[in-house]
Amino acid sequence: MGRYVVRRLLQMIPVFIGSTFIIFMMMYALPGDPVRALWGERAPDEAQMAAMRRDLGLDDPILVQYWNYITGLVQGDFGTQIRSRREVIDVISEALPATLRLTALAFLITAVVGISLGLLAGLRAGKKTDRGILFVSLLLISVPVFVIGYLYQTYFGIKWGWISPTVRDSENWGELLLPALALASLSLAYVTRLTRTSIVENRRADYMRTARAKGLPQQRVIGTHLLRNSLIPVVTFLGVDLGNLMAGAIVTEGIFNINGIGRAVYTALNAREGATVVGIVSFIIVVYLVVALLVDLLYAVLDPRIRYA
Amino acid sequence: MRGARSAKWVASAIVVALAATACGGGDDDNGDNGSDGAAAGNPDGIVRIDGGEPQNPLVPANTNEALGGLVIDNLFSKLLDFDDEGQIFMVAAESVEPNEDNTVWTVTLKEGWTFHDGTDVTAESYVNAWNWAANISNNQANSFWFADIAGYADVHPEEGDPTAEEMSGLQVVDERTFTIELTEAVTYYDYKLGYSVFTPLPESFYEDPEAFGESPVGNGPYSFVSWTHGESIELERYDEYAGEDAAQNGGIHIRAYDNPEAAYTDLQTGNLDIIRQVAPRDLPLYQQDLGEDRTVAQPYNGIQTIVPVWYNWEDTPPEVLQGISMAIDRETITQTVLNGSRTPADSFAPPGVFGYQEGASGDITTYDPERARQLVEENGGVPGDRIAIQYNADAAHQEWVEAVCNNIIDALDIECVGDPKVDFDTDLEAREANEVQSMYRGGWLADYPLNVNFLKELYASYAQTNYGRFDSPEVDELFAEGDRAGSLEETVAAYQEAEQVLWEQMPAIPLWYQNVNAGWGPNVDNVRFDSAGVPVLSEVTVSE
Repeated sequence: MGRYVVRRLLQMIPVFIGSTFIIFMMMYALPGDPVRALWGERAPDEAQMAAMRRDLGLDDPILVQYWNYITGLVQGDFGTQIRSRREVIDVISEALPATLRLTALAFLITAVVGISLGLLAGLRAGKKTDRGILFVSLLLISVPVFVIGYLYQTYFGIKWGWISPTVRDSENWGELLLPALALASLSLAYVTRLTRTSIVENRRADYMRTARAKGLPQQRVIGTHLLRNSLIPVVTFLGVDLGNLMAGAIVTEGIFNINGIGRAVYTALNAREGATVVGIVSFIIVVYLVVALLVDLLYAVLDPRIRYA
Repeated sequence: MRGARSAKWVASAIVVALAATACGGGDDDNGDNGSDGAAAGNPDGIVRIDGGEPQNPLVPANTNEALGGLVIDNLFSKLLDFDDEGQIFMVAAESVEPNEDNTVWTVTLKEGWTFHDGTDVTAESYVNAWNWAANISNNQANSFWFADIAGYADVHPEEGDPTAEEMSGLQVVDERTFTIELTEAVTYYDYKLGYSVFTPLPESFYEDPEAFGESPVGNGPYSFVSWTHGESIELERYDEYAGEDAAQNGGIHIRAYDNPEAAYTDLQTGNLDIIRQVAPRDLPLYQQDLGEDRTVAQPYNGIQTIVPVWYNWEDTPPEVLQGISMAIDRETITQTVLNGSRTPADSFAPPGVFGYQEGASGDITTYDPERARQLVEENGGVPGDRIAIQYNADAAHQEWVEAVCNNIIDALDIECVGDPKVDFDTDLEAREANEVQSMYRGGWLADYPLNVNFLKELYASYAQTNYGRFDSPEVDELFAEGDRAGSLEETVAAYQEAEQVLWEQMPAIPLWYQNVNAGWGPNVDNVRFDSAGVPVLSEVTVSE
């Protein structure tokens, strides 16, 4: 198991280098020049532009630029923004907490509410509760996140005034509840469907009959035997979804005005701030890689048949 | 237990991975969010306005976009400013006077002005700041503003390192007086001095310009309190302010929004006091939502045009372009498609500009499809019977481009399409490389409210921003005559004459002036926007 984890961690290195390289090249291939953009509609000051390029190292060939970037990155230097002249690491670390909080809350809602609803629907398969949950989850799946976001904002925030329609303080969990709910809606519905199917299938499994026949209390039958076995596909989905939630947060952050990664990467992309974009995307890649590893390891926890030598 | 052991490995994997990427999410300290005053008509009340993250460090010579401008404008007082007719009034200067031939300008400062750190504002504060900003080594985006001053080439050479630290044209006469010697006469140089780059900097700036950019010290009605990146900027009233436009409120809290819809939502729920521009989504209803007396819709000094590129239109008589102009129903498009966010143009310069001539276009900007068709057909038609209007798709242009095209198709029976470019940078790239197919969307915001700024920068054959490559010796000569004139009035008159020639030669088709569509909540009063479209925040009063 230990060797397996180490091997997986080592595998991340080439993936990480490869993906930063590709993003770096893509930023370079985008039309538009960040230094030229400093002047907007005006004709640029050629002499000043040349001086700035020289100072920023943008004169070097692209491979040299990438080498400088990646060697800096290894030493913990994420580079400097061209316009604001701020350290990219500062920009990321300011934007990250809000996104992490939002994603964590959305993930929590997805997992807890999704699994509970799925369990409920699965146990009452074919009854009114099941059909009700089916209706709600299909509704949530079919409506895009930004529509849900604006709907929540208009009704809960403006019309009924229950909760602040935008996030003014990203450290306030109460204010984050509404965007997290909007962000979680889609995944929550998927998790509900997935859990329900799995539960319905496993309810008739042999080990369930055995467990009942042994006279185990109902709670234990459902909690330990039924749920644990039914969660394997759900965990796979949740793992992939954690990354999706971070990406989806970009839309939600816009609607609810949250100062997070989404806004940072959007503004950086518009300003052709290569270092910032590569930095943020690399971070998201690392999150994906780590989550994928965790999901694989969790299988072993849930299903004793899986072992990692 | 297998389960427990596996879980332990999961936990260690997290630790290792996090350590490997070294990404500690540092918590940022939020200042106090208390922005509600106590008593009615509160002189210390805070004005909460929408804004965004300034793109550059907060140094006047590096700020050339609206979000940073909103902060700089309130932290720094300019030498002089402009009223709604484009006339000058003094702010920090007591007087700004030219010599007889307009080559040397003498600036006398008002008495008793101090920076927010308590030091005196002197003639040296200006001269040193300008010398620093003009120096090419300091990489300031606005350095070209000093290009008129004698000795600029020494500190900002075309190539190589600067050969001097100071521009020879700037001379300190005494504590409150300095002179600016220009390389050639400019009768309207005082207009240029109204740009925020011509502000002073305190001594403390030079010790650490980088730290200053994060925490600026100005000479304006507000002093800097804090900047939480990506979230908010707070300013407070500067009580020692010597100017006449002292703040009528306790301070300004600028909150960052990356979409104006969210700002509008906050305005409706009372979490924001002023919104500078209502989003297209909310334009149809905002006057009803907020009440007529809490909104404003007025033109400011910005114009939108469509510009034919002369490398593709050179064989076409200007009458054809006059015809195209007449085919466009500006009145209807601005009211319906643009929801009143623009005002139809009748001149090459907007109304808030000195030298604006009402109705300068004659009937060229009046909708008249029959005459339009006649003019186009009699003069040989449009090249290739096809017009493509290039625009940047990252802003709300598509709707009106389509509307304009529909007008042209209806009236002239030719092909007309929009030619979207991904974003503004790409759009500009095509313009600079002379690769525009037929026409591009042109826009210009006033640097200073004088008709010269709207004519010379765009239509002189040598102007760098003349991306249409319009080249008319007659117009160039009239511009030159204006520049040689002995007084501001003569300059303006010569340029007005040139504008009349422009209407005959049609270097561009003016469409409309930009409007400010702003709104504010019940908590604030006396909200006014100036002719640059910028809110005058020092005048705002807060009721609670």
